Amino acid sequence: MIAVIDYGAGNIFSVKNALDHLGFENELVSDCDSIKSADAVILPGVGAFPSAMKMLEQSGLIETIKEEAAKKPFLGICLGMQLIFEKGYEFEEYSGLGLINGSVRYMDEPNLIIPHMGWNKLEKLNDCPLLENVGDDEYVYFVHSYKAHCDDKNIAAYSEYGGCVPALVYDGKYVFGAQFHPEKSGETGLKILKSFGGLI
Amino acid sequence: MLAKRIIPCLDVRNGKVVKGVNFEGIRDVGDPVECAEEYDRQGADEIVFYDITASFEGRGVFLDVVRETAKKVFVPLTVGGGIKTVDDIRETLRAGADKVSVNSQAVKNPQLIKEGADIFGSQCICVGIDAKKIADHKWTVYINGGRVDMGLDLIDWVHQIEKLGAGEICLNSIDADGTKNGFDIEMLKAVCDNCTIPVIASGGAGKIDDFSEVFEKTGATAALAASLFHFKELTVQQVKEHCRSKGVIVR
Repeated sequence: MIAVIDYGAGNIFSVKNALDHLGFENELVSDCDSIKSADAVILPGVGAFPSAMKMLEQSGLIETIKEEAAKKPFLGICLGMQLIFEKGYEFEEYSGLGLINGSVRYMDEPNLIIPHMGWNKLEKLNDCPLLENVGDDEYVYFVHSYKAHCDDKNIAAYSEYGGCVPALVYDGKYVFGAQFHPEKSGETGLKILKSFGGLI
Repeated sequence: MLAKRIIPCLDVRNGKVVKGVNFEGIRDVGDPVECAEEYDRQGADEIVFYDITASFEGRGVFLDVVRETAKKVFVPLTVGGGIKTVDDIRETLRAGADKVSVNSQAVKNPQLIKEGADIFGSQCICVGIDAKKIADHKWTVYINGGRVDMGLDLIDWVHQIEKLGAGEICLNSIDADGTKNGFDIEMLKAVCDNCTIPVIASGGAGKIDDFSEVFEKTGATAALAASLFHFKELTVQQVKEHCRSKGVIVR
């Protein structure tokens, strides 16, 4: 069972719809026990970094997420990907989950249309099990205004938009983060989610 | 590089796709879920549903359409029409929409943009604008399906909605809409040059060259069309192949 964490942020039904379509057993969960008993965990989310972290804190989920992400496949999507890092700078400096080293900052390159909204090409940088079935000319759907800054070794794939935008990050073990929305990225996104579910 | 988006729009009334010409003479053209699936197969980058139902019952049927589509189509869905309050936005997003498009109500109550963006994030608040030319390089904003002139300057409105936190603008030219003479390049240029959020071009697409032209001549990041795709005059795929041949980056 894949636990999709429901902490009051974003359109979690899209993630559930995509998992249902792929035939993966899944549940929307908001308690520690369900996360502990799951085979894999997805942390979705749209909205702002500090308010999302506060909601996770209030739900008492943070320690459980940190422990479980070291033991089973864990995928953060969009804001959920950004929360994987140590710090965010949206409105204020705020601590993230710290599962991968790095921070999240506004994309303030001059003359750049913000948000980065639409389909952009995945450029592969490092091996990652989620990209095994993804070719060299595939696009995924992004919508975000902040981006991750992290070591190249953690970037499985990036996209070009006013410089390098980490698109898929990976700690080399269990933790994955997709800045794009795999649940909204057509066939390519479904392939990525299928590979994730296949890790169970 | 970010690809330019091609977006088919479906007008829905009482659970059926309909298509009006200049907001009048509405015809039935099919089942919205099937239409959305077909557009997805053709490579649509996003799909817009526009609810033109007036009744409360019709609204429920419409949200069922959104819900069903979200189970079958895995590209972004934008939903507009009839959204008046933050609760309407919440209900629409919960039905499976990724973005909502607010138009008349945003003009009447601009705080709706700010409240929506604060609660759900800018990325899901698209502001639809219907505008008409009144003089050289001057346009005003209309509401209620292009029927009521608000005497509001287009560029002033664009600045205002950007400040309020809108994530995107869908700009429809009343002058171009339904003419099939191409997008309103002059108006689109004026808006794109005056904002830093994405702009969707809407109104006037009649032939394949209109799409490459709008991307070559303006900063629009997406182009929307309804009847052209409904009546199968062009497929999304044909439009994309043409754009690609002209050097426009598409998915």
